[in-house]
Amino acid sequence: MRTLTTATPIVEVTGVTKSFPGAAGSDLTVLDDINFTLREGEVVALLGKSGSGKSTLLRTIAGLIAPTTGQVSYRGTRINGANPGVAMVFQSFALMPWLTVQDNVELGLRAQGVPPAERRQRALEAIDLIGLDGFESAYPKELSGGMRQRVGFARALVLRPDALLMDEPFSALDVLTSENLRGELMDLWERPDFPTKAICVVTHNIEEAVLLADRVLVLSSNPGRIKGEVPIHLPRPRDRRSPTFEATVEELYRLLTGKDTVTEARNTPTGPLTHPLPTASVGGLAGLVEIVYAHNGQTDLPDLADELSFEVDDLLPLVDAATMLGFLEVEGAQAFLTDVGRDWNTSDILRSKEIFAVQAKSRAPLVRTICSALENSDNGSLRDDFFRDLLRRGFSVDDTERQLDIAIDWGRYGELFDYDADTGELMLGDVAAAAAALLDSEA
Amino acid sequence: MTMLRPFAGPTGSTRSRTTLAADLVVAASIAILFWLLLRMTGTISSPFNRNHAPTTVSTDPSNLPLDAALSLLRMFVALAASVLFTFVYATAAARSRRAEKVLLPILDILQSVPVLSFLGITMSIWLTLFPHSTLGVECACIFAVFTSQAWNITFAFYHSLVTQPPELDEAARLLRLTKWQRFWQLDVPSGMIPLVWNGMMSFGGGWFFLTASEIISVNNHTYALPGIGSYVGAATAHEQIGRVFLAIGVMVVMIIAVNVLFWRPITAWAERFRIENSESAEQPRSVTLDLLRRSRIPHLIAIPLRPVARALDKITRPFGIADRPLVVNPVRRRAIDVVYAVAVLALVAWGLVKMLDYISTSCGLGQFPHAFLLGLATFARVLVLVVASSVIWVPIGVWIGMNPKVNRFAQPIVQVCASFPANFLFPFVTLLLIKTGISLNIAGIFLMALGAQWYILFNVIAGASAIPNDLREAADNLQLSRRLRWKTLILPAIFGTWVTGAITAAGGAWNASIVAEVVTYGKTTLTATGLGAYIAQATTVGNFGKELVGVTVMSAFVVGLNRTVWRKLYRLADTRFSLN
Repeated sequence: MRTLTTATPIVEVTGVTKSFPGAAGSDLTVLDDINFTLREGEVVALLGKSGSGKSTLLRTIAGLIAPTTGQVSYRGTRINGANPGVAMVFQSFALMPWLTVQDNVELGLRAQGVPPAERRQRALEAIDLIGLDGFESAYPKELSGGMRQRVGFARALVLRPDALLMDEPFSALDVLTSENLRGELMDLWERPDFPTKAICVVTHNIEEAVLLADRVLVLSSNPGRIKGEVPIHLPRPRDRRSPTFEATVEELYRLLTGKDTVTEARNTPTGPLTHPLPTASVGGLAGLVEIVYAHNGQTDLPDLADELSFEVDDLLPLVDAATMLGFLEVEGAQAFLTDVGRDWNTSDILRSKEIFAVQAKSRAPLVRTICSALENSDNGSLRDDFFRDLLRRGFSVDDTERQLDIAIDWGRYGELFDYDADTGELMLGDVAAAAAALLDSEA
Repeated sequence: MTMLRPFAGPTGSTRSRTTLAADLVVAASIAILFWLLLRMTGTISSPFNRNHAPTTVSTDPSNLPLDAALSLLRMFVALAASVLFTFVYATAAARSRRAEKVLLPILDILQSVPVLSFLGITMSIWLTLFPHSTLGVECACIFAVFTSQAWNITFAFYHSLVTQPPELDEAARLLRLTKWQRFWQLDVPSGMIPLVWNGMMSFGGGWFFLTASEIISVNNHTYALPGIGSYVGAATAHEQIGRVFLAIGVMVVMIIAVNVLFWRPITAWAERFRIENSESAEQPRSVTLDLLRRSRIPHLIAIPLRPVARALDKITRPFGIADRPLVVNPVRRRAIDVVYAVAVLALVAWGLVKMLDYISTSCGLGQFPHAFLLGLATFARVLVLVVASSVIWVPIGVWIGMNPKVNRFAQPIVQVCASFPANFLFPFVTLLLIKTGISLNIAGIFLMALGAQWYILFNVIAGASAIPNDLREAADNLQLSRRLRWKTLILPAIFGTWVTGAITAAGGAWNASIVAEVVTYGKTTLTATGLGAYIAQATTVGNFGKELVGVTVMSAFVVGLNRTVWRKLYRLADTRFSLN
């Protein structure tokens, strides 16, 4: 730890906040007061759920987007444009489809004005190093995903960057390919002649973070803040089965699914703006509850994710939604099926719709808001623009649409309200009245 | 087992023989091209006197090949100018926030304005610029074609620039490409497919404008350039219907030749610039491209060009890298914005006042309501045209589009029809009208439709052939009646492409009204009541004020209709009836 903190800083991020102008005048904060230093000799993972602004942070470090306040400096100099000391590997590879592998790898050298003969030589070396020999004259579209990402690595490494930035570099690849490529990358990193001095990788995959990083920074969502830092002292190559590895994964899981939002919930009133609906469809929810039910009502979430070959990003919104609706309860990394959840899963279709309606109406803030607004309107119907305007005070345009879509999906399933896409009209469903009566009787 | 002998590829000697043959064909084609160019430049640089400039051309059939070649050369010069204009204009609009605010609305209006209505005005400008050579008239004619092509191509390229995949933009910036490198390595390749396809469509439409502007009457004087359009014009004036037929034949051959020798290979070649990272199942193929690929000559030509490219790369380095500063001074930026906006608005206001002033002194502002009423008459024709063409061509287009066998056979024919300059057919219709005495007020619709209708057919075919097979099978399976099938499957599925076709057809019809509302055969001239005739007459007698009024009113009609009617239909097609 001490050697790390005294090592020379390469990139320093100081007090970086990033907000985008919201649709209704107010700003949406994506990153909030981020401070962090990337030092020589370390691999840092930025871990977070979607919406934690981790990719935004990486792009701020790369000098591709400007922070709203705060600054990023490279080797002591504040950057004002693309960071000259870094190269980036993209999730979607970002290769020029019209250039051959060789030309793609040479492109950055060309930009530096390296003469053709040297350019060719260096590119061939990089192609060799990354295991692409024989594919020099192929076009990216002829290659598999794994081979394409190798081109992405070669293109970045041929520049001998000070720091290598990676934006979810393996998440578009299948499990075996990504495992293989990860291993090869870490072998290169361990070599003494490897010119790159630091790596910063963005990921939503906990195991990947533990496999790669010397320390993991966990980002919270909405807005993105650094909510924890976990150093990893495991020797490389790392063994997934070792108890320390598993313990670190558990710890990160707990940090990531942490109760910070729930404790806040007890203090502040819940509303559609403070408590957005998790991105989960009713079908997905039903699937999750069904699985937990099949596990005798209790399951370990990391194990479950592993079993389903899911990643956190896929599983967590479902877990969050199930918790919000009161179908599951989460303690640490354990999920328990509630009585309501059991009822919902085992009832016939009509009854389960009723249960869902009651739960959604009482516990999902946006659904509740829509229902009460419709009940208080003259004819039980309102334009979607009304809710859109409300939501835009706290969400971006895309997020507003997503929130509305989820609420409509849930509301339609529970037959709380119906939506006419042609007229943009939301109207109270027949069942809504019954559900309201039921709620009253329970109160 | 004996059947499974390994397949022997072409042996060494046969491969070199085909390469040699390809080399010979390519070399011969290049030689012919150069010879044509030399002959043409000889014609253009001949002495010119405005008062004695030729007002007609000879209709001797032996002139026809050279006339046709000259017309073709004009087309390609205009295309080159359009592409160059596109590179500069679209890049400026996409890369500069302030330039975009001005350039984009201008482009939007220019794109929907009837180009032919400007011809008279631009002709005067070019004649003033080059008073002593044919170059002025040449430029005016080429400019007319340019104005019919450029906006469409520019818009497509601008659109591809602003919708560039963000990760490719980020990669280019992080790799620190220079502005020049970024343009050629990212901007042009990623816009290549829209560039080529829009270029091809605009080129087809350009024939109409070329032939309409090779003979033009401005300011009581008629200027004629040697070309296939003026040949038809002269043949019509001399009532030589046989020679019109001859010219039509040459025109058809020329359109097909350009498609086979130029557009087909280019579209096939452009496939490599497709962004999707997977190979599409059906690759467009071209014999010409295969020939070029087999020949060594393109490689030989490329060798001396390589150092030039390298030098350009070096020279443009001082322009800096393609990145933007992260930190901007908001106060300064705002101040410049305000100054800029005031300057632009002042300029527009000044121009407007000047124009109105000129009109009120030359022909009086009272011309505006008059022109507006004439505009309503032309609008009625356009409306009837769109409805009638739709009623006729939608069923036929659907039939063609849903039968792959018919489609393969019909598509090239429709393409030629759409490219064919309809004004070549005007003499026949005019002759018929003179013989039968039918009013041009009604027959004008038919004349306008001769060119415009194809856009509807073309697009409906495209829409119908894109109906997913599973939807058609579902309709079969549900045993939908013919009526229900049309109502629930076919009409919704082709709605989007029909809207596109109808917009283009309506735009084409407004343009065509300028040549279709006044027609001449021999000594007889027929005139219809309408805005097109109003503009055409004002241009002929050189009444600049009336011309301006006519152009303004017609532009207002087209832009207004686009904004109110067509854009709404577009949005409806996009939200309700899109197939994905």
